[in-house]
Amino acid sequence: MSRWKVSVDKNVCISSAMCVALAPDRFVLDEQQRSGPVEAEIDPDEEVRDAAASCPSEAISLVDADTGQPVDLD
Amino acid sequence: MTIDSSPVKFTPALPGQPVPEIATISGGRPVFRAELPDGRIAWLVTGYDNVRLVLVDQRFSRALAVAPGQARPGFEMFAAGSINGMDPPEHTRLRKLVASAFTARRVEALRPRVTGIVNQLIDAMLGRPRPADLVAGFSLPLPAQVICEMLGVPAADLGQFHAWSDTIMADWQRDPGEIMTALAGLYGYFGALIETKRARPADDLMDDRLSEHELTVMCCTLLIGGHETTANQINLSLLLLFDHPGQVATLRADPGLIPAAVEELLRCSRLGGLPPARVTTDDVQIGGVTIPAGEQVMPLLGTANRDPSAFIDPDRFDVTRDAASHLAFGAGVHHCLGAQLARVELQEAFRGLIGRLPGLRLAVPASDLEFKPGMAIHSLRELPVLWDQP
Repeated sequence: MSRWKVSVDKNVCISSAMCVALAPDRFVLDEQQRSGPVEAEIDPDEEVRDAAASCPSEAISLVDADTGQPVDLD
Repeated sequence: MTIDSSPVKFTPALPGQPVPEIATISGGRPVFRAELPDGRIAWLVTGYDNVRLVLVDQRFSRALAVAPGQARPGFEMFAAGSINGMDPPEHTRLRKLVASAFTARRVEALRPRVTGIVNQLIDAMLGRPRPADLVAGFSLPLPAQVICEMLGVPAADLGQFHAWSDTIMADWQRDPGEIMTALAGLYGYFGALIETKRARPADDLMDDRLSEHELTVMCCTLLIGGHETTANQINLSLLLLFDHPGQVATLRADPGLIPAAVEELLRCSRLGGLPPARVTTDDVQIGGVTIPAGEQVMPLLGTANRDPSAFIDPDRFDVTRDAASHLAFGAGVHHCLGAQLARVELQEAFRGLIGRLPGLRLAVPASDLEFKPGMAIHSLRELPVLWDQP
């Protein structure tokens, strides 16, 4: 299974910390309380999928590292 | 580390009353044990970083806090069956299903409709004698109408919802029997509505990936959550603005500042009394103490929003500051589902009220305002206002 690229648009992030709560090893808040990924490329991880699907501002982008296609969030 | 002291008595300040200096109560300890008005013992957590930790770290469980056997005030009886009283992964499955309806993007698409409702309500106020009650004429109908339209609930039923909602948003002072009756009424209403909807599907929030029971509880949650909270955030924000006419003039001159002003209003208003509790799943070190597993913990959001390490000169109300990192909507998995909707409603409410009702002000002394008793949030009975005739 191909790896995932994780990114967070800090301009869209509203600091809900939803992702940090769901996947504490995968996301971290910066000094402005905006989220970012701990590692930009990861093995598929259901907690990260949940975090992306639950983000209230849809700030988390999850794409297949091989194809560049968005990962299905359902 | 041992628990070093017996609990201090703690009663949340009544609405409209000054907040006691928390450091005086706690003896300067950021995390301390307290005896609450209903006799519960809980650890109270203060300060931005500590409060955020309780909200985000899953060792602080909501499900355990509302589990059978825990002493629960009114709104916690309601939360027990809802996503607000669940932990991941149960919480995640249900929240994801409704989260898509409340994303920033989806809610932005509703903005023109929100503006339309704001303008209708202000038109109606302009056509009636002054002073007007802003609670009945504006702050309550605005969020109620928006959430009812999202849920596909007929506006004619709004009066009944106000009555149920008033009872269900109760705190430790309310008779549990009354709350159970209101919950049963609301649950029965949505049960019947959902049955009708499933026979005739329409384009609203009703979703078939939820069981009948889950969907019914979800509708109740959304209606209760999206109603009294926003209404009173409008009320309390206006009380703050009435005390700062210079800042209202600033917003009137530059409505582009309104989104930032809404964040500052959220930061500075005191909407809730005691927050929903958590229960520790493990021993947790926080604020220089170790809270043992199985203890009640309450994060005092107001102390986070007024923490000088997070906000410069925190007691100064300033609509031009960047207050966006406030914790008024909570944080973590229970971050307010309706936060983005509330923001749009608040922004459009103040754009309309400030833009169309110049000189908006209280028609009675602030000391005459009455709050509904026994509510988990600070809910004004009436807000009589005047404005200058155009």
